[in-house]
Amino acid sequence: MSNAKRGSIRNWLKNLMFRHLHGMMTCQEFEDFIQAYMDNDLTTIQRSVFEKHLRFCRECRDYLAAYKKTIEIGYSVLTAPEDPVPGDVPEDLIKAILEAREQ
Amino acid sequence: MDANAQAEQLVRENIEWMLRLAERLLRDRELAEDAVQEAFINAFRGLEDFEGRSSLKTWLHRITINAALAKLRQLKRVAEQALDEHLPEFDRYHCRIESPWTHLASTQEVMESERLRALVHTKIGELNDDYRIILQLRDIEGYDTSEVASLIGISQSNVRIRLHRARAALKKLLEPILRGEISP
Repeated sequence: MSNAKRGSIRNWLKNLMFRHLHGMMTCQEFEDFIQAYMDNDLTTIQRSVFEKHLRFCRECRDYLAAYKKTIEIGYSVLTAPEDPVPGDVPEDLIKAILEAREQ
Repeated sequence: MDANAQAEQLVRENIEWMLRLAERLLRDRELAEDAVQEAFINAFRGLEDFEGRSSLKTWLHRITINAALAKLRQLKRVAEQALDEHLPEFDRYHCRIESPWTHLASTQEVMESERLRALVHTKIGELNDDYRIILQLRDIEGYDTSEVASLIGISQSNVRIRLHRARAALKKLLEPILRGEISP
């Protein structure tokens, strides 16, 4: 097991706090809620627990910011005007399509 | 205008965006051309049944996606990267393992660099097709979860799971760019 996966005393304390204090969740539980959070599908209570975790956990805060940025950059890059644009109208393809239609 | 002229007009007015869409999904120009040809043939067959419940463009969009997905199924591409190594990690206390972020690139930084944009393209292409397609249909083409589920033929909960895994894996793949470790 790597050092990171073995965990630190800090994370042991975090785990205690997240598991035992009212209205908290662990990072792993937080992970399971990200998709619903992004889709605005969390109940009011779930959202409050999710956001409370964000306030206390630097790792999940950083993670979620990078996760959202990934979506934004992916969208911008794939929809940019220069994204693999066929330069010209492919006449041979148009011809093939119209011929296939007549068959 | 006779039927042939109408058909030609339909093709000319739509072929470019349909090719762009198919190429985004298939990441290959030749395959995209095949898919678009199939899409038009299917559209001509279905044109009489097109009831105008959606716009013609929305209808063609869906037909193009179906043709591209059929192509992908035929190919069943191999040698794709496993997703697991790019998924988030947790320690034994269920705490996230995430190095501190001292820099998070802005979208503008990436968009202004041809090199970084090309790298983002490459990284998206490294995602397993089963996941990449869902990410593209949801995050790029703007379909909602139920529409993606019906297009792909899987459950909505499966779409949500795959979408999250695809985004998480892509985040990991883009990390050197997002952290500013690659010069523009």
